[in-house]
Amino acid sequence: MTEITAPAMPVRRPDLSQARLKRRYAAERRFRIYGIVAVLVAVGMLGALLVTIVGKGYSAFYRTDIRLAVTLDPAVIDPAGTKDPDAIMQADYTKLLRDGLRQLFPDVTSREDKRDLNSLISSGADTQIRKMVQADPSLIGQTVTVSVPIGPDFDMLAKGFISRDLPESARRVSDKQIGWYDQLRQQDRVEHGFNWSFFTAGDSREPELAGVAGSVVGTLLTMLVTLSLAFPLAVATAVYLEEFAPKNRWTDLIEVNINNLAAVPSIVFGLLGLAVYIGFFGLPRSAPLVGGMVLSLMTLPIIIIATRAALKAVPPSIREGAYGIGASPLQVVTHHVVPLAMPGILTGTIIGMAHALGETAPLLMIGMVAFIVGVPHGVTDAATVLPVQIYLWADSPERGFVEKTSAAIMVLLVFLVLMNGVAVYLRRRFERRW
Amino acid sequence: MTTAILAALLLLTVIGFTLGKNRSIALAGGNWKKLHSLPSYYGAYVALWCGLPALILFGLWIALEPRILETIIVRDLPVAMIESGQAQLGLIFNDIRNIAVYGVGDRTIDPAVVAAVDHYKSLKTISFAALAVAVLALATLGLGWSQRRVVPDMRARNRVERIVMVLLIACSTLSVLTTVGIVMSLFFESLRFFHAVPFWDFLFGLQWSPQTAMRADQVGSSGAFGAVPLFAGTLLITIIAMAVAVPVGLLVAVYMSDYASRRGRAFIKPVLEILAGIPTVVYGFFAALTMAPFIREVGEAVGLSVASESALAAGLVMGIMIVPFVSSLSDDVMNAVPQSLRDGSAALGATKNETIRQVVIPAALPGIAGGVLLAVSRAIGETMIVVMAAGLSANLTANPLQAVTTVTVQIATLLVGDQEFDSPKTLAAFALGLVLFFVTLSLNLVALHVVRKYRERYD
Repeated sequence: MTEITAPAMPVRRPDLSQARLKRRYAAERRFRIYGIVAVLVAVGMLGALLVTIVGKGYSAFYRTDIRLAVTLDPAVIDPAGTKDPDAIMQADYTKLLRDGLRQLFPDVTSREDKRDLNSLISSGADTQIRKMVQADPSLIGQTVTVSVPIGPDFDMLAKGFISRDLPESARRVSDKQIGWYDQLRQQDRVEHGFNWSFFTAGDSREPELAGVAGSVVGTLLTMLVTLSLAFPLAVATAVYLEEFAPKNRWTDLIEVNINNLAAVPSIVFGLLGLAVYIGFFGLPRSAPLVGGMVLSLMTLPIIIIATRAALKAVPPSIREGAYGIGASPLQVVTHHVVPLAMPGILTGTIIGMAHALGETAPLLMIGMVAFIVGVPHGVTDAATVLPVQIYLWADSPERGFVEKTSAAIMVLLVFLVLMNGVAVYLRRRFERRW
Repeated sequence: MTTAILAALLLLTVIGFTLGKNRSIALAGGNWKKLHSLPSYYGAYVALWCGLPALILFGLWIALEPRILETIIVRDLPVAMIESGQAQLGLIFNDIRNIAVYGVGDRTIDPAVVAAVDHYKSLKTISFAALAVAVLALATLGLGWSQRRVVPDMRARNRVERIVMVLLIACSTLSVLTTVGIVMSLFFESLRFFHAVPFWDFLFGLQWSPQTAMRADQVGSSGAFGAVPLFAGTLLITIIAMAVAVPVGLLVAVYMSDYASRRGRAFIKPVLEILAGIPTVVYGFFAALTMAPFIREVGEAVGLSVASESALAAGLVMGIMIVPFVSSLSDDVMNAVPQSLRDGSAALGATKNETIRQVVIPAALPGIAGGVLLAVSRAIGETMIVVMAAGLSANLTANPLQAVTTVTVQIATLLVGDQEFDSPKTLAAFALGLVLFFVTLSLNLVALHVVRKYRERYD
């Protein structure tokens, strides 16, 4: 018989697990809060970014004009009375505008005051009158009422970016100038209108005249070159690697290469473009052609990787079915696999293009930072693109360019959102379960 | 002009396609069984023979023409000009080309140059005519030759497919060629740089001031090319960026994968995608215009002196930019950790955060490390934010409140604007590019290796 010892009575000890549990739950809550804070930081930064951009940029979409009565004096425009287009083109319209303005302020006489008064009109306003007269020479001799852009400092004043509360020495417009401006306003000669010229004009040294038309067209041309080079090359590469390539060292090398190219810093592609396209082949600097070629090298790996994923997603049964009715390997791919993978391929292409659209650094290398006023007409013309335009404007010291920069960023972001929207739509629309 | 040639070539190709197709149909005489392939393959066969060789000739011609023209023009220049050195000759030739294209403008030019311009123009006309004749003749020849080879027995499909396959292989080789191109161009330009500046001085020198003197008596242009301040600046900004991106990114990933509701996830993920899709120039503008003044105000409020362009501003904004990379890669690897591990941990009574900290993250660590490495290489290669927000002065400092400069910024600033291509100043950019390429390449290789190796473990 074994003696059964009675089990020892458990000694009742204070329940530490309760306290520990509490600590553990507190840690759990804290951890969760950290997560939420991290998400809020990311979302908040995005919010701050967008709020800053919109807050700084919305004012660029309207423009301040002053309405003036301008006498198109034949003695100034066309003294010989020939109505010769050359004479009309070269006439001094700035003088006419200034005379028109002077009439409103007859008591301004001193040289200095006149100069200050003249700064009420944008230095590019004469172009507007010139175009008007060129379009209709019969206006010469008449007095017309025109709205011309106001000078940059007054535009800022009208939009409230120059505070009247500052001491006179600390702002760019004097008390006297503000007086004139207020006088014009009382006479109801100051107008705010939608700034169409922001979308129709090229770049300018004057912030109130600068527009994005040149860089938008440059962007479109560059993207066109990028797309027409990158898309066929990428799809061909992906199709070969995914469908035909034997598994050997060479194809391994190509694969590793593509993955690495996707991660090479973009500025290195700019160096390549500079050394090879411009230095070696002598292609023109600043041209959308070279920009597009550089960007297409950057976009290639993105599209290739997306295309391979899309091809991989096509089930083997499709291929086997096609082989079964006697198609050749190339026919299987071109008639069946690629069409079925097309939505995925397009999605990847759009994402790659969106990436290229926002790229700046490599384009700086190939000279797309030149100051270009005109709108480019072909891929070999000197041009600039939106991100570079943003960079250039962000660097400008004039106060007026801050709002232009933000507005150009908004235009760029709208493009990006549209492209990504199309990509998401394609993904949703053609998502298919096999 | 060249567009006209291409259009003519395209037209010939289309004609070739139709001719080939029609010929095969005619030869079959209504009995399809006589043909080896579908008629369109005969058409494609003729079209390929017509278009492809001509296109290759066209490409070669366009690529080589400037070189050849340059040699001819330069050879015929007056002796005095030829002896003025290689760099000078390049400039003269550029000038000649520009005058030929855009006209003289209102400046007076050397009569020898005028003669050269005329010579250039006439050579250009000859070259264009020769190109047009050669390309179109080759296309017609190819068309005629292949057209006659269209017979019902010819295995047109197999031939066309073989050509297409060669084209596919050629396309996929392009990626390798790009890499070779990058390495070669960087390498050769760097070699020229290292002729002027010793390699070790570049790699370990403490003084960076790339303004080289144009004249001997110029002051303030020492032309020192010690890259250590740039490496240090890059490192500083990268560290700041990673100090923001890694904790935020990881926590976001953890929150998304284990805590967030479906709806929360559906909101957070697109927001992060937007963050990743914003162009860097926008971040740069934000950093320079909002973040830098903000940091300066805060710094002044607590009595610190902050430079108007500080490493901190650029680093913080860059960190925000990199958050999506860290979070999406970590999210991927954490999702790849099998649910059974989580369930096991929960069955032992662990809370969620204990499970994450002690099971999920250790299991996913190699993948996370790989993702972080990829993010680091991205931070090192980022240009626009630092160009716009971190300044240009090459300070050798560890103080994040001062302005620093980075490798990418220097590459950009050295090459923006018109300079000749053989001063050490511009060549230094290529040497920096070489360093940048190899550093990021090795980081990527390690990262890809780690990520891939790790992924295989649970599969």
